[in-house]
Amino acid sequence: MPTRLLLRYALTPLCLGLVLLVLALYVSSQPRDLIEERSLNSEYLISRTVKHLELTGVVTAFILAVAIPLGVLLTRRWARHVSGPVLALASIGQAIPSLGLIVLLTVAFVSLGVNQIAVIAFVLYGILPVLRNTIAGLRQVDRSVVESALGMGMTPRAVLWRIELPLAVPVMLAGVRTALVITVGTVALGTFIGAGGLGDVISNGISSSRNLVLVTGSVLVAVLALLIDWLAGIAEDFLRPRGL
Amino acid sequence: MPDVTRGTPEGGAADRTMIRLDALTKRYPGQSEAAVDALTLDIPAGHIVTFVGPSGCGKTTTMKLINRLIEPTSGRVHLDGRDVTEVPAPQLRRRIGYTIQQGGLFPHRTVADNIATVPRLLGWDRRRVGERVDELLHLVGLDPKTYRRRYPKQLSGGQQQRVGVARALGGDPQVMLMDEPFGAIDPLNREALQNEFLRIQAAVRKTIVFVTHDMDEAIKMGDRIAIFGDNGRVLQYDTPERILADPAEGFVTEFIGSGASVRRLSLTRLESVVLPDWPTVEETSDGETLRAAARGSDRDYLLVLGDGRRPVGWLPVTGEDRRPGERLPLLSPLGPRDSLFDALDHMLTVNASAAAVVDGDGRYRGVVEMDTLRELINTRAAGAPSSSDHLQEA
Repeated sequence: MPTRLLLRYALTPLCLGLVLLVLALYVSSQPRDLIEERSLNSEYLISRTVKHLELTGVVTAFILAVAIPLGVLLTRRWARHVSGPVLALASIGQAIPSLGLIVLLTVAFVSLGVNQIAVIAFVLYGILPVLRNTIAGLRQVDRSVVESALGMGMTPRAVLWRIELPLAVPVMLAGVRTALVITVGTVALGTFIGAGGLGDVISNGISSSRNLVLVTGSVLVAVLALLIDWLAGIAEDFLRPRGL
Repeated sequence: MPDVTRGTPEGGAADRTMIRLDALTKRYPGQSEAAVDALTLDIPAGHIVTFVGPSGCGKTTTMKLINRLIEPTSGRVHLDGRDVTEVPAPQLRRRIGYTIQQGGLFPHRTVADNIATVPRLLGWDRRRVGERVDELLHLVGLDPKTYRRRYPKQLSGGQQQRVGVARALGGDPQVMLMDEPFGAIDPLNREALQNEFLRIQAAVRKTIVFVTHDMDEAIKMGDRIAIFGDNGRVLQYDTPERILADPAEGFVTEFIGSGASVRRLSLTRLESVVLPDWPTVEETSDGETLRAAARGSDRDYLLVLGDGRRPVGWLPVTGEDRRPGERLPLLSPLGPRDSLFDALDHMLTVNASAAAVVDGDGRYRGVVEMDTLRELINTRAAGAPSSSDHLQEA
């Protein structure tokens, strides 16, 4: 691997590590009372981070499972007329403020657990970029390439799997990356319906007026978002088909 | 009025029909005019048939009806005597080579993988596929070692086109459909690719449907030309010679454009022409022999032959007493594969009324004169000879 690429990949984690180090030094240098201690201990922070990642992972998995097949279906020739309305519907999900959406769903589906509601809300919120990019990615595939594949005797299914999807991967991955970053951020709101995650740390800080806690929670969410964006960036580089 | 009775060309009675279009019609919903209207056409085995016509004339639609990329509204297509709807479309298409403008190569696959597409669909084993890929790369003039692993993006337009042709030949199909395969290539490379393709075709002898909007290309590539008017109607279907010598009324004449006589020159190669003899002298001859030869002929120039009877210069004969003058150099004689058009071009370029012609080994064969060309044009225009000589040389 060329050194420049290595440097590009190493730069982000180095910076983020530095930020965490500064945060840790700052927190440990400050006098802390009992309320602050309850939030600012490693056990609690790690458990919140793990929960945050869990939620993000589950939400993203659902987004991919729904948006990619839906995007594929909407680009098939017989579905041309439905793709507009469906995209509009998906846009509405993103247009509603996320906090409103999550509270609305909690009220509407009282019978569901908080985790399920959180997942449904965040999936609705993050689905648009993946859906839109799946459609855009498949549509930008050169028609002549698809036609020559058909003309040589590939079945439509083989054309989708071996030609269209691989060629759409770069655009689709960009959408997945966006969705991931959006999801990491919005999952912090899960705290308002009791779903946990790093949002708990932030809300602890707000409700107890402890700025140290608030800052720690916020910085951790930000670092996590940047870290995931970085990982997704690397994945994009490696999953992009060669020759493009 | 389109003359569909011309749909069966002469001169090909012995040829087996490979593709038969039978009252083929394609109508798109919401359009009053048919895209292809009751087209009946026989395409002989082992020949190139060019579909030519203005854009929107239905030539590409007709081609896609053959491999069922488009399904007809009515009518039938027979491939080698069997209705194409007898087998599922993908299976049918694996037996028909297909290449389109810019090749339509898969950008995320290597050259080798692109060419291997159809062989793999046909279920060939890995070794046979690998050998076939190398064989085809050789055939289209690309070194397998260098190009096998490249991606289409790393190739020039011409190279991509070659790979496109190789890919279409992948499964060794009897029939190939080519939709403006050289359309996106600059004129210089295009000419080279055309020549090379004709060379390949002489070896593989496929039945080829070649779609183009360029009349010159249609004349050059086609053993037969089908000229399309509007709505997929064939106005004339014949050999290039006969179309140029005797174009159907109206549209065809207009479409061929002016200069049909000159274009006809490019259809005849020098190897198929009987050349008049010309007085020659050996390079090594002494003065006395030269003077005798000059006096013995009524021409203004003697052709000087060097080693192995290669033409090396012209000896002008001047004055009342027919004295041989200073020898003029002869740089590039015409070869057997040059056309009469090349001969005319050569004479105009060097400002001469005659040009020396050599055989394949570079030995003197004869001399072509302006008068020869004029006679050939006139007799061919009047007689409109059978197409057989053109078909044989392709």
